[in-house]
Amino acid sequence: MIVEADETMPVRSSDDVVRARQAVRAKAVAAGFSLVDQTKIITAASEIARNTVDYGGGGTLRIEVLRNGQRRGVRLTFKDQGPGIADISQAMTDGYTSGQGLGLGLSGARRLVNEFAITSTPGQGTEVTLARWK
Amino acid sequence: MAEKQSLILTLIDRHQAALLDDWLDCMARSSPSGATLRRDGETPEQAKRFLEQLRRSARNQQFEDIKTTDWALMRELLEEISRTRVLQGFTPTETATFVFSLKEPLFQLLRREVGSADELADEIWTATRLLDLLGLYTIECHAKTREELIGRQQQELLELSTPVVELWEGILALPLIGTLDSARTQIVMESLLERIVESGAEIAIIDITGVPTVDTLVAQHLIKTISAARLMGADCILSGIRPQIAQTIVHLGLELNVVSKATMADALALALRRSGKAIQNRAAQKPQQDG
Amino acid sequence: MAEIPILKIGDCLLVSIQVDMHDRLAMALQDDLTQRIVQDRARGVMIDISALEIVDSFIGRMLNNIAAMSRVLDAVTVVVGMRPAVAITLVELGLTLSGVRTALNVDKGLAMIRTIIDRGEQEDDRRGG
Repeated sequence: MIVEADETMPVRSSDDVVRARQAVRAKAVAAGFSLVDQTKIITAASEIARNTVDYGGGGTLRIEVLRNGQRRGVRLTFKDQGPGIADISQAMTDGYTSGQGLGLGLSGARRLVNEFAITSTPGQGTEVTLARWK
Repeated sequence: MAEKQSLILTLIDRHQAALLDDWLDCMARSSPSGATLRRDGETPEQAKRFLEQLRRSARNQQFEDIKTTDWALMRELLEEISRTRVLQGFTPTETATFVFSLKEPLFQLLRREVGSADELADEIWTATRLLDLLGLYTIECHAKTREELIGRQQQELLELSTPVVELWEGILALPLIGTLDSARTQIVMESLLERIVESGAEIAIIDITGVPTVDTLVAQHLIKTISAARLMGADCILSGIRPQIAQTIVHLGLELNVVSKATMADALALALRRSGKAIQNRAAQKPQQDG
Repeated sequence: MAEIPILKIGDCLLVSIQVDMHDRLAMALQDDLTQRIVQDRARGVMIDISALEIVDSFIGRMLNNIAAMSRVLDAVTVVVGMRPAVAITLVELGLTLSGVRTALNVDKGLAMIRTIIDRGEQEDDRRGG
């Protein structure tokens, strides 16, 4: 697997979330994604970016454009040193009906991508990796 | 691994024209379609480019690993050659023959020009290993190109099999034929939503007469499609519910949350009513014929 | 900080979301709208999202909130102009926007608001006896 592009940026404020979306769009377009695929990965990025700002105390986003044979993909890695998530499986259940909270962000984002991984240690931080392939 | 330079490059340099001719003859002899290959316009040109690229890629005398950057242009050339062969319907073997048939003329050249038996053995080993790698690479490319082609054809088939029809002004119909999996659902949604934008339709009839089974997954796909249409301002009516499907839906406790009708005719009647339209009989124009 | 302009069309308010919204702007919009509904005695609120390439759960919550607040103030909210790619993504995301009415464009949105208001008034007249 080849990494064709690699960019890291801060995700600490509301403005950063907007910038993150624009950066992910640029990479998705470069990877040749269809409009719907672009929309999905940017929306997923927006969800996790907001979580990183709102719950993770701010962090970083690394965007990679990957090539595996003929297929190309975009991989996003969000990292923060925030309070972490104690019960990941609970956080991943659709919390939207309760209106607030992490719920829809994580589980929703997962539905929009092909690969999703999350690790978190309470008190140390959280890392979420998402990837979508063309 | 010989430390001294291989003679292969020098020999190819010196005898390129003759080698090329012998190679093309060998290709023609080695398979029934070889004759076609030989006469085919592209092949002599491709063979010439192959030899030229071989000289360039091997200038650093590295013959063992064709994945290095030295061999990048050669790989591209082989990809191109494989691709044209796939599109013309040649088998992987026929494609690889392009490379393998170079062995015979090359070995004959080496036998004539290389002095000692030991050196000859080394050179033939180097040559055969290299041509094996290159030939195998064309087979890999052939497989990949075929997969791409099949993928594209599948995509086209999917798109063709989900037509969206405008039954009347503002009323769309989407007859689904075959199983509804997630790939198909994506295409269905895209087609339907695009037509909604184009036509400004506010009613979409989704007919599932041609869908063999409706289980929980299919129901989810239908619900997604209906929700997406709603977000675009179009209400959906489900039609073509066969009795068994109705039973399955109730059995599985599926909540479709959409008006459903047994036939598309019923759905159309409802759609027309909702659009404020009615169908009337025309007044009779000819008197009844007697007896 | 840029504000989002709110236009008055008859007894409806039209909001066109053109920019990539961040939180402060979204909060400001909700506040402004609520004030304007009361101030202008609006019966309908139309939110045009045709310029939005992304609608995430944050924007979705905002739209739901606006619809809920308007309802309390007896105004109908319609979201118009959703792009197909956005609709497909929202559905995949699981964002139902169940409290929000949608129409294809501004014209249809206005027509929908008109129909709902008229129906409501007919109902009121009927009940009034």
